[in-house]
Amino acid sequence: MIKIIIWTVAVITVLGLLLALVLYLVAKKFKVEEDPRIDEVEKVMPGANCGGCGFAGCRAFAESAVKASNLDKNFCPVGGNEVMAKVAAILGYEVQAKAPQVAVVRCNGTCEARPKVNEFDGYASCAVKSLLYTGDTACSYGCLGCGDCVSACQFGALSMNPETGLPVVDQSKCTACGACVKACPRHIIEIRPQGPRGMREFVSCVNKDKGPVAKKACANACIGCGICAKTCTHDAITVEGNIAYIDPSKCKLCRECEAMCPTGAIHGVNFPKPLDKDAVKERIKIRQQKAKEAAAGDAASANNKADATAASPATAKKKVDTPVESPAAAKAKEDKKDE
Amino acid sequence: MSKRTFSIGGVHPHDNKISRECRIEPLPLAPTVYISVAQHIGAPSVPVVAVGDKVKVGQVIAEPGGFVGAFIHSSVSGTVKSIAPRADLAGRPATHIEIAVEGDEWADGIDTSDTLVTAIPEDAKAIVDKIRLGGVVGLGGATFPTHVKLSPPPGSKCERVIINGCECEPYLTSDFRTLLEKGEQVVVGAALLKKAMGDVPCTIAIEENKPEAIAHIQEVIAKLGYSGIEVMEMKMMYPQGGEKQLIDAVMHRQVGSGALPISVGAVVQNVATALAVYDAVQKNKPIVDNSVTVTGECFPRQANLLVRVGTPLRYIIDYLGGVPEEAAKVISGGPMMGRAVANLDAATVKGTGALLFLTEKQTRRAPESNCIRCGRCADACPMGLEPFLLNKLARAKDWDAMEQNAAQDCIECGCCLYSCPAHIPLLDNIRIGKGAVMGNIRARAAAAKAAAEAAKAAETEKK
Repeated sequence: MIKIIIWTVAVITVLGLLLALVLYLVAKKFKVEEDPRIDEVEKVMPGANCGGCGFAGCRAFAESAVKASNLDKNFCPVGGNEVMAKVAAILGYEVQAKAPQVAVVRCNGTCEARPKVNEFDGYASCAVKSLLYTGDTACSYGCLGCGDCVSACQFGALSMNPETGLPVVDQSKCTACGACVKACPRHIIEIRPQGPRGMREFVSCVNKDKGPVAKKACANACIGCGICAKTCTHDAITVEGNIAYIDPSKCKLCRECEAMCPTGAIHGVNFPKPLDKDAVKERIKIRQQKAKEAAAGDAASANNKADATAASPATAKKKVDTPVESPAAAKAKEDKKDE
Repeated sequence: MSKRTFSIGGVHPHDNKISRECRIEPLPLAPTVYISVAQHIGAPSVPVVAVGDKVKVGQVIAEPGGFVGAFIHSSVSGTVKSIAPRADLAGRPATHIEIAVEGDEWADGIDTSDTLVTAIPEDAKAIVDKIRLGGVVGLGGATFPTHVKLSPPPGSKCERVIINGCECEPYLTSDFRTLLEKGEQVVVGAALLKKAMGDVPCTIAIEENKPEAIAHIQEVIAKLGYSGIEVMEMKMMYPQGGEKQLIDAVMHRQVGSGALPISVGAVVQNVATALAVYDAVQKNKPIVDNSVTVTGECFPRQANLLVRVGTPLRYIIDYLGGVPEEAAKVISGGPMMGRAVANLDAATVKGTGALLFLTEKQTRRAPESNCIRCGRCADACPMGLEPFLLNKLARAKDWDAMEQNAAQDCIECGCCLYSCPAHIPLLDNIRIGKGAVMGNIRARAAAAKAAAEAAKAAETEKK
């Protein structure tokens, strides 16, 4: 009996040693040379494998980053500047800090503003709904309200607001990976810079219909009237195809467009104080009057046109200097008057 | 001989033909009609009238926008009020020509009498040309321009014309009534189609639940004395009216993936299309009206109406007594393949075959549960696909795998959804995937074409 056990142990031991040797030799012979930095880079990645960077996952990102000669095409929106700094340190590249971004829902067609014209009782998915018809409201551009974006979000940053029927972005959780942008069949969600202290202005509507049609479908729609573009002194707003768009790189957050918008389609978020529309309107009125007087004066003194046009940007610039606090300042002035 | 049907899949919904005894009655003219320029597959037509123009019934108001396109004729006489985008059945904007109706004056050259013209023109080309000028499109639902179908690509040969009188969708009865009331015209239309395709044999396929129609058409054929036209009694099975299914049932031939019916030598036309062909060729009468079944258990007045193209749906419904209170959904078409109407102000198009009213109870979807791998959907699929697999792939957005599993062959008949005991929205998901796959296929074809053209251009430059 003991003999059998000994033999068994011996045979298995010898066999194990032999196979280990074979494995060792094979591993030596067919070793795949891999840049050790790939593992290092992968270690500092968030590990969400969300695909927000445009690669199949964090490892694919790391491989591509190691292969590339700079980090221009690689940016991890989830990790942000912090992770990119670490990646750059490992690889010895320079990385430019990117402004933190956030998903912005550009539809403001709440249940009250955008009454339902029919009832959808099919499979609750925006993709299915948009394939079948234009949705249960008269607006054929706005949010379909089935929450495809919410289920696409891996970070729990999106939720549906049952009162408005619209998705809400939790800025503290949003990583700007762009999964919701891809999931939305109406292309409502946009990735925009978060803005200083989270303050940002945007047009919360994508309706390309002409003004009366859009207004009929939704009380909060952008009607493409262009008042915002005319008001803006920073050239940040363009109106194309009956829809206004605020360029975040040019916007100075003066909130004048928001005050002037007749439908309330322009939204400003995270501002410390609520917008005093009347004060801002008054300010704009005075400025426009001054500009008019200046233009009239210029015409009277028979100056050439070049001077007049040169003068207007200068006056515009003057107003730029006090962008954010201006509504507050205007309010303060009013308070003084009351006293 | 046992009755024929197609070889794979299919389901047996209750046929519910409750409006089968209602004669086709003409609907009084609406005060205004809205005629869409995009009521067929292919490029939208281009309006050739201007606002303020006086038009007569049957006058051309829009010309084809491409080879795959169709003429559109005014369905009423009156004044063109506007040419502007208007929401269609699904609420999507499409250009509509609005005509205010004044009287009922027909354009010159149209024979509006009831006399049956049985003499078949000798020239096949002339027949096809008249069909093109008559704006005839497939009235079975797909609205594919008929003259394109009748002009097979060089190298392919038609061996049999099949007239589709199956009407396998539950509730619909307009084709059945057409067969009964206008059987002579349909048979002459079939003879014309047969002639246009080079005197090939012709089969009129009718399902066994319409014995009156089968007997009547057999009588008519004997009376008119055309040779080579036969009636085939089909077993009841949904979706027998599908083109590929009908070819399989009648000829026992299967059309390959992505191939056209002509590749197996078949041309399929609907009964209503055969009638339209008769009108266009023998009477010079273009498509200005079509028969529409208005039905549903909750709808008090069943009807088969002869409706002018472009009549607002609300006008039709109001004529029959308005939307019943218990109706929860109005469907354009049958319950299996029809689409819910999102906009009752929309107007009918050439392909509108039915308006179906369903109650809350009939339309309610049971909550979805997990797939239990019973395989009923795969058994039911008439295209031999695996809906449960396609559903899974569509949810994972794996379009390449969907293409390998032939999602592009799905005919959206709804058999999978009908048979699923777990109430999984199979068709909804597959449809998303099919759209993506078709997009990929088209993009590849366009890229291949561009590459071929570039190569050709380079070659000619070399020379």
